[in-house]
Amino acid sequence: MNAIDVRGLRKSYRGTEVVRGIDLEVARGEVFALLGPNGAGKTTTTEILEGHRRRDGGDASVLGADPATAGPQWRARIGIVLQDADDAADLTVAEMVRHIAGFYPDPRPAAEVIELVGLTAKSKSRIRSLSGGQRRRLDVALGIVGRPELLFLDEPTTGFDPQARRQFWDLIRELAAEGTTILLTTHYLEEAAVLADRLAVLADGRIVAEGTPATLGGRAAEAAKVSWRDNGVLRTEQVDDPTELLRKLVATDADLRSLTVTRPTLEDIYLELIGGDK
Amino acid sequence: MGISRGHVELLQFLRDRTAVIFTFAFPAMLLLLFGTIFGDQYTDAGVSASHVFSASMIAYGILSTAFVTMGAGLATDREDGTLKRLHGTPITATSYVLGKLILVFALSVGEVILLVGAGALVFDMSLPDLSHWMTFAWLFLLSVTTCSLLGMAVSGIVKHARTAGAILNVPVVALQFISGVFIYPVTQLPSWLIQVASFFPVKWMAQGFRYVFLPDVMKDQEPAGQWELGRIALVLGAWCVIGLVACLMTFRWSRDK
Repeated sequence: MNAIDVRGLRKSYRGTEVVRGIDLEVARGEVFALLGPNGAGKTTTTEILEGHRRRDGGDASVLGADPATAGPQWRARIGIVLQDADDAADLTVAEMVRHIAGFYPDPRPAAEVIELVGLTAKSKSRIRSLSGGQRRRLDVALGIVGRPELLFLDEPTTGFDPQARRQFWDLIRELAAEGTTILLTTHYLEEAAVLADRLAVLADGRIVAEGTPATLGGRAAEAAKVSWRDNGVLRTEQVDDPTELLRKLVATDADLRSLTVTRPTLEDIYLELIGGDK
Repeated sequence: MGISRGHVELLQFLRDRTAVIFTFAFPAMLLLLFGTIFGDQYTDAGVSASHVFSASMIAYGILSTAFVTMGAGLATDREDGTLKRLHGTPITATSYVLGKLILVFALSVGEVILLVGAGALVFDMSLPDLSHWMTFAWLFLLSVTTCSLLGMAVSGIVKHARTAGAILNVPVVALQFISGVFIYPVTQLPSWLIQVASFFPVKWMAQGFRYVFLPDVMKDQEPAGQWELGRIALVLGAWCVIGLVACLMTFRWSRDK
């Protein structure tokens, strides 16, 4: 059984449809990224699956239960990393982690989680005094303290500096290696490409493409552009399969120091999918 | 989980100095002011006005620690993500509310000790006997519960946490004036105003606390000329039920409709 199964998901706010019939399948143990620009419906979709919002239409099954009606036992099996919380400002990091840990049947030790997100030096500081990035790392700690089977990460690295982002990626890989299913939303392409087993691009409330980072949007099948210099003149050819052309080039005495073979980058595909050139 | 919430609620409250001063010390400050200003006025029965204020002001203390703390607290929790965070964990709404009630009861007990202490030490008010304390116990429980539930219910219509304190204080201050918490004797108020006040809990709370802390002859100063303990229980009980129903109808974990 899949960790997440969604069919025809719909949601409107005051007559405006923001989620327009989404189908999703996320297998157990998979890291799945929902990629899309702001306002594409990523957060709404995630919040419906977390049980924070009600859907207007469609079917949703998360860890075998309907998130709209699932109870505390179900919540003990999921972890949610909030995007914009500023709660518990007057507690210390350790107090808050211990407090939330106490709600779960088999939590990770608080000190271990704080270490995992790199906040050990801050564990006795008031949450109020944390920087934006530290605050988000605390949110991650609170999301994973209950050893979730399924973790929701809604734009988790917004506001992280590059180093913190790398550390965060390592943490996600560790969790994934332990078998945690992860649903990640992000508008950072490289993040989705680096972390996700599979990803879907969301635009205007619909899924416009789905695949692995290597195959998304027919990326593997797109024409390759081969360039090289022939007697100092730049030559370029578009071919579906560059193998034959390259064999020919090697056989000739063309100058291959400047040889390049390029396919559209994930970013090119992505921008095309979301209609970024509009 | 409820107890763990209560612990955390208390920690957060006590670490927020503004909250401590405004909800906690403010009623005590008003008592000291009123008591000092009117302290040399005596009733026909020879009771100092400062004692009357000490007793009535307990109603204000409870409004402040229960109604305002609960209403503003819930609005804040909804806004800063506390509720959203908790709703993503296995905690139940009951445990969350239990935590809030622990906070409110702890604050209310502290507030009463502060106000009665001030009345006794500063204004020389004598403390009541055991049977009066028994009345105090049920009156206190009923008052705090009613005010907390009403505070929770009202928080549903407060849009922003920043304005919650101001909005919640409108009924608090208005009801106190028409209920005679700041006015002594209550019968100075026009009788139609007393009738209006009689529909709300504050008048009955204040009247009950005057029964507990003032000599029995003071009942002549009450609008009905009696303490009306039965009616106090009835009105507060009715508001308690109204508050509970309103809470069950309006409580939501998030702002999503």
